[in-house]
Amino acid sequence: MALAKLKADAAEARMAGLTLPSGFDGARKDALGRVAAMGLPSKRDEYWKYTDPTSLTQPEPIAAALFDAQETPLFGAVDRVKIVFVDGVFDADASDDLACEGIEIARLADAAGADIHWASELYGTLETRGQSPVERPLAALNTAFAQDGILIRATGKAAKPINLIYLHGDTGSDVMLHSVVKVEAGAEVTLLETGPAAARLNSVLEVEVATGGAFHHVRSQGRDHERRAVTHCFARIADESLFKSFTLTVNGQLTRNECIIEMLGDDAVAHVAGACVGDGTAFHHDDTVFITHDALNGESRQVFKKVLRNGAVGVFQGKILVKEGAQKTDGYQISQSLLLDGDSQFLAKPELEIYADDVACSHGSTSGAIDEDALFYLQSRGVPLQAATDLLTLAFLAESLDEIADETLADDLRDRLESWLARRT
Amino acid sequence: MATVDQVDVKDGVDQDTVDAVAALSGTYKYGWETEIEMEYAPKGVNTDIVKLISKKNEEPQWMTDWRLEAFARWEKLEEPTWAMVNYPDIDFQDIYYYARPKSMEVKPKSLDEVDPKLLATYEKLGIPLKEQAILAGVEGADMPPAEGRKVAVDAVFDSVSVGTTFQAELKKAGVIFCSISEAIREYPDLVKKYLGTVVPASDNFYATLNSAVFSDGSFVYIPPGVRCPMELSTYFRINAENTGQFERTLIIADKGSYVSYLEGCTAPKRDVAQLHAAVVEIIVEEDAEVKYSTVQNWFPGDENGNGGIYNFVTKRADCRGARAKVSWTQVETGSAVTWKYPSCILRGDDSQGEFYSIAIANNMQQADTGTKMVHLGKRTKSRIVSKGISAGKAQNTYRGLVSMHPKAKESRNYTQCDSLLIGSDCGAHTVPYIEVKNNSSRVEHEATTSKVDDDQLFYCRSRGMDEEEAVALVVNGFIKDVLQELPMEFAMEAQALVAISLEGSVG
Repeated sequence: MALAKLKADAAEARMAGLTLPSGFDGARKDALGRVAAMGLPSKRDEYWKYTDPTSLTQPEPIAAALFDAQETPLFGAVDRVKIVFVDGVFDADASDDLACEGIEIARLADAAGADIHWASELYGTLETRGQSPVERPLAALNTAFAQDGILIRATGKAAKPINLIYLHGDTGSDVMLHSVVKVEAGAEVTLLETGPAAARLNSVLEVEVATGGAFHHVRSQGRDHERRAVTHCFARIADESLFKSFTLTVNGQLTRNECIIEMLGDDAVAHVAGACVGDGTAFHHDDTVFITHDALNGESRQVFKKVLRNGAVGVFQGKILVKEGAQKTDGYQISQSLLLDGDSQFLAKPELEIYADDVACSHGSTSGAIDEDALFYLQSRGVPLQAATDLLTLAFLAESLDEIADETLADDLRDRLESWLARRT
Repeated sequence: MATVDQVDVKDGVDQDTVDAVAALSGTYKYGWETEIEMEYAPKGVNTDIVKLISKKNEEPQWMTDWRLEAFARWEKLEEPTWAMVNYPDIDFQDIYYYARPKSMEVKPKSLDEVDPKLLATYEKLGIPLKEQAILAGVEGADMPPAEGRKVAVDAVFDSVSVGTTFQAELKKAGVIFCSISEAIREYPDLVKKYLGTVVPASDNFYATLNSAVFSDGSFVYIPPGVRCPMELSTYFRINAENTGQFERTLIIADKGSYVSYLEGCTAPKRDVAQLHAAVVEIIVEEDAEVKYSTVQNWFPGDENGNGGIYNFVTKRADCRGARAKVSWTQVETGSAVTWKYPSCILRGDDSQGEFYSIAIANNMQQADTGTKMVHLGKRTKSRIVSKGISAGKAQNTYRGLVSMHPKAKESRNYTQCDSLLIGSDCGAHTVPYIEVKNNSSRVEHEATTSKVDDDQLFYCRSRGMDEEEAVALVVNGFIKDVLQELPMEFAMEAQALVAISLEGSVG
């Protein structure tokens, strides 16, 4: 009981002084009720066993120094619709025109004046569904108080990817962004998210994919060393649809990425992958995934790879839930860590919950040091130790990068990763 | 299964054997009740009951105090809810915490003095209480007893130990094997030194309750360098109605010793569920080895989920010395609800822990079971092989922890947990926790869930087996890894048990 009080107090303290923005008023009010009922997470919650949420829930964000990578923007060579937020504030000058063939794009902050019917139906709906069986109060907090975000509706094949660029310009910024994507039947869209966004980011992405639709999501979370982030991606996908999400995390003090997918239609495919490179005791990275199979012939894959050194901590909590009647489900989950020294930690809870008998579900989790034999092999052929280590690290991460469908995007991330490893920042 | 069939058709097999085989393919065969006059402590639990149990066992004051301290702690604890099991609230004040056959009021000096009704009970269960070389638990199997092979048995009936066989012979080897109540009286120094050091009285809700009210159980001490001359075994029988069984087992394997310990348990069929909350503590010193095998066959309740045993058990082994080794093997077929995680603390350098488990849940059974491997010492190794089978409307969960502490350099763990679902109304779940805090250790976890392979079934059926036989054969293949680890007596029993539990689950 003491825990419930603690959580309720945390919610109250966090919400004091915050006011509900306008637009989606009903959904925001409901979300406020959910936060009040659930409270905010505590380290004593089973779901936060391996990650301390205090810095994400406390009223004031912890300041984060800015970091200038002095490099060209990621996906710079890709023809894309750029939408820029600086510390959560839309930057019209830096952004492209929001018109793009095959899709409708609007800003969340503009939604108050316009009645965007499809968005009103989705905003907060998937987040609400995602609150059971496990509570995700930080997502409800976001639904209530998100300042801005993007609403995307794909009606055909989008001519180019949409790139949400999150810049960090203020050491004390505290940002909540909420985006909604609706992929209509047979439509296809790619969403790119890049950059650190703020000292503290709470982001929610709700994605609905209709019959035969496809959604691709590629994200790189920015390299600021001190930023903190909690992100939720809620997806609901229909028959014969495709959902693919990949996240690269390098640096950052605390990152918790939750991905909650409901597969409601037959023959749907959902792939979630992540690669993370962490250095130093301050680095704490948590991937929490919950995939629900509630239809026939579903295929899901979770591929998560973490490279950790100098006391970095990597967490993976993954779950495949196969509901009664979701026969012929093919569920796969792999979480692996490469610990480059003796101080780093990998904490994993790869779960299966299965109520259908004709399914193939497997999960694997491994953790260990770099292969000495492979290292020796490379060194004996003249590759210096550091280069050999980097090469093996990249090879280890490759399986997760392979989950990106678009080769150009994947290559861009691979090149970047290679240069980051070489520069060690 | 094949073995049983062969016995069945052989000439000259006596009627008892035929009956035993018939019982094997029927339903729960241990569901009968022994009619015997019992004496009970008043229902419920309070400090008076705790004191009464202590007094009945003629315990010294320090033991009574230890129990009372545990009880005070228990009163402040809440029942855990994290396991994936559902059962009606247990009214802890509506249970008898102490039930003893009247005939045990005056402790029998030898087995000859034990009430014949009690002896007949164990005979009927196939548990030899006579001191002769016999194979335990495989009546009806066509296996000649291995020459000179002996099993010493401590038989626990409701709240008391009825008798322990081969005590004198074991004593010659320096081995102490007796009921825990006797050990508290006769070897207080040993008990005081070790009791509660592996599973402290504060450990968890059920272990704390057990610490307060345990009535009996077994005590084993193997002195340094001694290889226990025979297998030791404890057989737990719950007979009385509305009674909880709270037994405590303490096994100490001193430096360089070895013991193989077997545990079996059954209970009568009843409509009302009964509670069983045991604690097993094992201390393994330098170079010692303990092999602990269980066939858990408590009454599972009927097909509608009425009755059965709630089996909430804390089992833990502490490998204190270098190169100590402990191996848990369990076959879980009984109980309405199982909540059990036999664990290994690998403290000594190069110590080893193993956990082999087959959990079979049928009808409305719920099993939440697994292990914890806590690696503290250098170069410690652990292996987990868990096979879960769900049928009917049962739910079967593997829950386990592998923890590599920063100082457990160059340690290794391999975990494999597989689940098999038979029918579309059951569930199989896997909840592993993996915590790696150094990089020279390797942890590998694999899990799969599948249904009985159609091709394998077709192969068997095309060779004339009916569907149930075929499933039993395929399942036996699936759990072979685990059965291999059982002592021979148990492997036979276990194979038969596998067939029983899957009865009627196809179709």
